[in-house]
Amino acid sequence: MTDQVSLSIAPPGESHPLQKTGAALLALALLTILIALSGIGAKYPLTISLLIGGLITAGAIFYSLPYFRALPGIRNNGIMRNPSTDRGAIAWGVAIFITGFYIVLYWFPHLLEGLIRTADPLSYLLRDKAANQWFMYSIFYTLAVLVMGIRFIAKYRHVRYQVIRTISVMFFQLGFAFLIPAFLEKLNRPEFYFSYFWPLKYSYLFPDDVGYLVSSGNLGIFMVFWGAVMTFIATPILTYKYGKRWYCSWVCGCGGLAETAGDPYRHLSDKSLKAWKIERKLLYPILVLITIITVLLWLNSWKGGTILGGISGTLAMWYGFFIGSIFSGVIGTGFYPIMGARVWCRFGCPMAAILGIIQRFKSRFRITTNGGQCISCGNCSTYCEMGIDVRAYAQKGENVIRASCVGCGICASVCPRGVLKLENLSEKGRFDKQVSNDQNSL
Amino acid sequence: MHIVIIGNGITGISCALGIRKKDATAEVTVISSESEHFFSRTALMYIYMGHMKYEHTKPYEDWFWAKNRINLVRGYVSRVHTESASVNLENGRIIQYDKLLIASGSKPNKFDWPGQNLPGVQGLYSLQDLQNMELHTRGISEAVIVGGGLIGIEMAEMLLSRQIKVHFLVREKYYWSNALPEEEARMISRHIREHHINLQPETELREIIAGDSGKVQGVITQAGEIIPCQFVGLTAGVRPNISFIESSGIKTNMGILVNEYLETNVANVYAAGDCAEFESPRPDNPAVEQLWYTGRLQGETLANTLTGNRTAYQRGIWFNSAKFLDIEYQTYGTMLPELSPEQDSFYWEHPDGTKSFRASYRRNDRSIVGFNFLGLRFRQLIAEEWIRNRKPVDQCIRELQHGWFDPEFSRPYYRDILNAFLACTDFKPVSIN
Repeated sequence: MTDQVSLSIAPPGESHPLQKTGAALLALALLTILIALSGIGAKYPLTISLLIGGLITAGAIFYSLPYFRALPGIRNNGIMRNPSTDRGAIAWGVAIFITGFYIVLYWFPHLLEGLIRTADPLSYLLRDKAANQWFMYSIFYTLAVLVMGIRFIAKYRHVRYQVIRTISVMFFQLGFAFLIPAFLEKLNRPEFYFSYFWPLKYSYLFPDDVGYLVSSGNLGIFMVFWGAVMTFIATPILTYKYGKRWYCSWVCGCGGLAETAGDPYRHLSDKSLKAWKIERKLLYPILVLITIITVLLWLNSWKGGTILGGISGTLAMWYGFFIGSIFSGVIGTGFYPIMGARVWCRFGCPMAAILGIIQRFKSRFRITTNGGQCISCGNCSTYCEMGIDVRAYAQKGENVIRASCVGCGICASVCPRGVLKLENLSEKGRFDKQVSNDQNSL
Repeated sequence: MHIVIIGNGITGISCALGIRKKDATAEVTVISSESEHFFSRTALMYIYMGHMKYEHTKPYEDWFWAKNRINLVRGYVSRVHTESASVNLENGRIIQYDKLLIASGSKPNKFDWPGQNLPGVQGLYSLQDLQNMELHTRGISEAVIVGGGLIGIEMAEMLLSRQIKVHFLVREKYYWSNALPEEEARMISRHIREHHINLQPETELREIIAGDSGKVQGVITQAGEIIPCQFVGLTAGVRPNISFIESSGIKTNMGILVNEYLETNVANVYAAGDCAEFESPRPDNPAVEQLWYTGRLQGETLANTLTGNRTAYQRGIWFNSAKFLDIEYQTYGTMLPELSPEQDSFYWEHPDGTKSFRASYRRNDRSIVGFNFLGLRFRQLIAEEWIRNRKPVDQCIRELQHGWFDPEFSRPYYRDILNAFLACTDFKPVSIN
């Protein structure tokens, strides 16, 4: 054990040499991206893409090596004093950078032409066609989930739930959200994401998409069937059995990015009662909105456009612009370093809304509080990415049963007294207090 | 009715909230010199380590107190006048009470060591202690901690998080062996050393020496060894913080003397939490209870009495918890460091030295007395039920899974424990009813 470095990961004011190396490699990756944009990327796509991918991967792994070398345990040292994780100057810089990247990606992709071309070699390999900005973006997205997933596993390797869950989100991102859709294109099949469902991927139940899929053959029909079954049958059943976590922190790509790349920012979520009120005022209306839009679109296509004319189509377009692009992309990811990683999941995602309603009212899932053992320290609430005041429940000996809980299990991992446990148990007694008779009788 | 509470720690606040729950009209005032709002003292270490900020340690948002009509007064109580039923604040303000609860907590023990009042020598109890520690440990390279209890190990972890070399002086043979049985104490001692803390057992402090600048320069042990350091943590326990009630007529010994109803010798004056001392404690119960849990329980109990339902304090089946660096500790039942002659115990330890289990039982009927869990989590309700019902140890260990509280997908160590148990006892099969 003597070769283990001491407890601290990031003492304030200094960094481990490995972390400095990692940061240097990441800086080189950024430089290479800049150079790629100049047109060099189009000239030497393979070399440049390998360089970018290699530098990012190596940089991130070097950066997380101190976690692997430290003794296993919770190491959140200095997070509240680090300018990159404490809404400091670096955090603002990163937030502006990511937000700006999304704006360019969505509305000015031609500015990224040189970079997009570096994605061509992989694009031809996987899909037999040239890359566009979305393929380039999904490479970066997947890379972020994978390398930050490795960091996450290093950090929480003493908790098997965290390790297995993270392998799961890495697997679904790489396989279901990256390789399979690309491979389907290679086979001249519709590009389809088997891990996204209506209403998160709202267009999958829009008449246009359904019509297109059905007309594309048996596989397309299966895709429509898959999407409908997942939304209407599998989702309620799985959520009843395991809570919304089966999706939000095990499968979903948005959740996957939040859990991995967003882990350094999880404590930035707002825990105030006010934020909870805003959450409810935003989340459920968005679910209602997308449901209405979907129903209108179907009515319209059924009646041949005679109902409401083009309004439903316009509504769908605006929904896509404000909710699909601006909320989930620009704000949802761009504001990671300022508002935490689950802004979209908490305030916007209609899938999370449905899952949450089921979890709250009809599910076996809960976070059990271990009797009177809570010392109200607040680690659980601080590190809840969904802004749940977990302590408020734990210190009263109440189970945590909240619509928004994504079941990431970090509250249970950071608890220094072993007070919290994620469980799927019988619905009976789910809302009962977990304190002993001695204490109840008071 | 005006109820005045001195101290906004867990005891005072639990009582205030309990009163408000049972009586919507009582006027409740909480006086604190330490902080504007209630915060969790147990989280002080996490502020220092940068896991949390002060605001994260407040269990209730700031608007909560006004909404629940609990008056918060910031001030230091300098005197209590029982004849006129009032308390004096240092700033001259006088507050009248109908009922008074003194829940003023503790202060760190000092044992007249030379140099104990130097800057950079301190305990860790209050928010002010934390501020001092922040100030006096900035940029230093070595520290000495005196006293191997729960605060000592927390302080060691704190200093370690800032790359400060820690020398940990412990009077006993192993860390906290006045509370832990030897096997557990040895395991934790090994764990402490793995973290590169210089644990020095059977070592006592003789004096603290200052350099020319008047700051700490090192300590000298009873054996005459000099350890250079720039900070000394005094963590040899705490004692009731009651100096301000001198000459008030309230009877004290070590703490404020109370009966089982937490009543003092003066009518309408109560004491609870760290600062209270039971005049005749129940067998096996300490006279002064200095835990978060007991403070909360005493505060909640007293809320009944203060709202007209006189209730005796009963702490139920004993439990406690702690965390020694990376090893969590949960204990249920009365687990003493030395077994009593009519008891026996079964101990299991994982080869990796970070997990262990102990079950103590009465030799005559093999009924369970209590459990120690290290690096393992167990359900309090199950442990309590088994201990209360005197379940046979054989059955408990066979059914450990029912109370297992480790996260999902964790290794089922209850099986290893059962196998080890079966290998060393003549296991009696029990009928399933």
